[in-house]
Amino acid sequence: MTTPAHDALELIGLRAGYGSIEVLHGVSLRVPPATVVALLGPNGAGKSTLLKVASGTITPKDGCLHVGGVHVNGADAAALARAGICRIPEGRGIFPNLTVAENLRMWTGVGDLKPAEVAERTYGRFPRLGERRKQVAGTLSGGEQQMLAMSRALLVDPAVLLLDEISMGLAPLIVAELYELVGSLAQQGIAILLVEQFAQTALAVADHAVILSHGRVTRTGTPAEVEEHLSAAYLGGAA
Amino acid sequence: MTTFLALSLTGLVVGCIYALTACGLVVTYTTSGVFNFAHGAIGMVAAFTYWQLSVAWGWPAPLAFLTVLLVLAPLLGAVVERVLVRPLYGAPIGVTLVATLGLLVTLLGVGFLAWPPDTTRVLPKFFEGHTITVFSLVIDYNQLLVIVTSIAVAVGLRVFFSGTRLGIAMRAVVDDPELAALAGTKPERVSQLSWALGAGLAALAGVLLAPLQTLNVTDLTLLVINGYAAAMAGRLRNLPATVAGALVIGISSSLVLGYAGPQVVNYVRPAIPMILLFVAVLFLKQERLRAGSLAGLRMPRTAGLRQSVGVGLGFVVVAGLVSGQLSPASLAIGGQGMVLAFIMLSLVLLSGYGGQVSLCQLTFAGLGAYAMGKSGGGALGLLAAIALPAAAGALVALTVVRLRGLFLALATLAFAQAMDQIFFNHALGYGGTLEIPRPRLPLVDTGDDRAYFVLLAVVFALGAIGLLTLRRRAFGRRLIALNDSPAASATMGVSPVMTRLLVFTLASAVAGLGGALLGGLHGSVSPNDFLLLNSCVLLLLATLGGLYTPTGAFLAAMSYAFFPELQKLVPELGQVQFLLTGLGVLALGRNRYGIGGQIADAGERLRSLRVHQVDRVEVARAAG
Repeated sequence: MTTPAHDALELIGLRAGYGSIEVLHGVSLRVPPATVVALLGPNGAGKSTLLKVASGTITPKDGCLHVGGVHVNGADAAALARAGICRIPEGRGIFPNLTVAENLRMWTGVGDLKPAEVAERTYGRFPRLGERRKQVAGTLSGGEQQMLAMSRALLVDPAVLLLDEISMGLAPLIVAELYELVGSLAQQGIAILLVEQFAQTALAVADHAVILSHGRVTRTGTPAEVEEHLSAAYLGGAA
Repeated sequence: MTTFLALSLTGLVVGCIYALTACGLVVTYTTSGVFNFAHGAIGMVAAFTYWQLSVAWGWPAPLAFLTVLLVLAPLLGAVVERVLVRPLYGAPIGVTLVATLGLLVTLLGVGFLAWPPDTTRVLPKFFEGHTITVFSLVIDYNQLLVIVTSIAVAVGLRVFFSGTRLGIAMRAVVDDPELAALAGTKPERVSQLSWALGAGLAALAGVLLAPLQTLNVTDLTLLVINGYAAAMAGRLRNLPATVAGALVIGISSSLVLGYAGPQVVNYVRPAIPMILLFVAVLFLKQERLRAGSLAGLRMPRTAGLRQSVGVGLGFVVVAGLVSGQLSPASLAIGGQGMVLAFIMLSLVLLSGYGGQVSLCQLTFAGLGAYAMGKSGGGALGLLAAIALPAAAGALVALTVVRLRGLFLALATLAFAQAMDQIFFNHALGYGGTLEIPRPRLPLVDTGDDRAYFVLLAVVFALGAIGLLTLRRRAFGRRLIALNDSPAASATMGVSPVMTRLLVFTLASAVAGLGGALLGGLHGSVSPNDFLLLNSCVLLLLATLGGLYTPTGAFLAAMSYAFFPELQKLVPELGQVQFLLTGLGVLALGRNRYGIGGQIADAGERLRSLRVHQVDRVEVARAAG
């Protein structure tokens, strides 16, 4: 595999928000392939908004959004999904009224996998889901639901994976298992941008870290460099 | 035995058509989250279009059939989704409900306009004259076609929704459109396809049903209510249960028709689907209390006591002055507008403040008129005209009060239709009338039309002042809070059940009193005054006028009452009333507070403008 010339995901001076309220005031960020970037910051900093912009759910007002070096401002979520962006939204990224198998069928909207491949990749990695393939997804446990959500990343083999607080409300053992998967996905060459409340968990797997505060990037660096400034950012000293 | 089989066969055929209708409803509901009240109306338009193509224009039947089913109906569904449904995404259930009711009325208008009811139109059966005989039972090809088509559709839908990616995507989009987009599916496109599919199914049911009876705009539109009942049997989700429910309704109606005496046939048979619908709704699970959501809209300002009394007095004085200038005919029409406005106040209370959609307000009005007529008038009569609807309202409320939104609307719809069929037709004499006396007052001769008109104005003004007072006090705040967030209200000790029971009863009493006064105005009432369809139009107009203000109610009622007059001046308007009402709702339906709300807002803006000007003057002075 040749090294791509471009970053998998690049944001330059990006401005975006909801209606007349601007949340991101010119954010620049790069995520190279096969790299895990941890996006940290206090509540309301704009982390989730940034992921929504990067996946096309919110259209940026200004600045540039590049995917694999291609300018994609204004593309909608479905188009960006086809372009290789995969965002696992906050909460549980599943369809609660569909069965496990039907959820997996939905994930294959991008690319064309055979049902056998889908089953092999997902159930091989998460045997629990295999046991429950006929069960309605809304009745799964929190951990199983998050596994189902993460299985989308396994199936579509995206260029960029955007993860929004995948540890939320889950037991530490399951969180560890999920982050192990994140690490192995990065090794396969996927660029990963992850938002996480538990900074230590995120920094442990990250190659690079960014602190976002009040809609601006206030610090970037290696996990070790960024860690020193964390408490200041979270407690408001670095604003 | 042969009779039994023949009756069952007829019932089975009708049941199959109900099943097609109900499946269409379920498909639209599960794939877009919107219950399409206009489903039957789409079927009606399709049936007439098929008649137009195949009979009037002489197209070959198969070509006309396929054109309607595969081209025109899906196109209509797709357009409806784009124009009507998509902008309403995320809107409260009450708004989507009124929007599809508006569509129903619009399509009725189109139907009346394009195919005036003065000629009889008959569609030939498919494969006329061909029959097969199975054990002494003669089955014609048309019946066979219906049965085979229904089975094919039911099986096809089942496979489509659980076996194909598009079918699964249609269900997924209702769950979470944003996630569907993240997974590479365009939610709007999928939603549009599902409306096209739903409209196609409606058209299929309409076209198959039409040859079994003469084509009639209203009948075809309302026959879908039987489909509602079947759809509810499957809780709007389960297709097999829906089909089973439809077959039970079809066959049982047919058997009752065949075996029971004329008494039962006349009263009970038309009400069977209604009774089933009511029962199905009753057995629904209790919904979880909903937490609040962001309304994003400011409610119109509520007038204070001084202001409302002042405006009320002025209103009565103006009504008194105007009444002197009106011809007797205009007095009657104006009076009707006045009473309807009063009845609409009950909708302001119930739907505007309380957020509960009721499609049976005119039923309570009818009960009021009935009580007034039977009790011979007087103070006792007035009391009865309030008490009987209030009691009926409380009784209905007791059974449906735990339901909200759509299911409440369906339950009230079932109640209204059943009362139409069983009670009013009988109690008010088939097509006949019941005499209603006017209430007597000391000092005033209510027999005089002008005095009665002014009395109605006084009643409306008092009602409006009372309503606004209620809104400003604790009970009003409780209603608004309950509508905003039942969960939060419950944690603060507001009983959702008691509050809703109270408001439903109160609204029924208001409607009942209005009904009695309406009867008094014309001297008599007939069953046609209180039809379900009229209740729907009333709700639509009230929404158009603005469900939150008495002003809105007044404007809406007056325009309703005076429309027939306008029609005399411009005869071309003919059957346009339905069309205009529907289009008005479709256009304005997105503004939750209607015309009345706009007026209240304009007043508010004017006031704040004045305040700003004063500020500016003062600033200028200070600077100078």
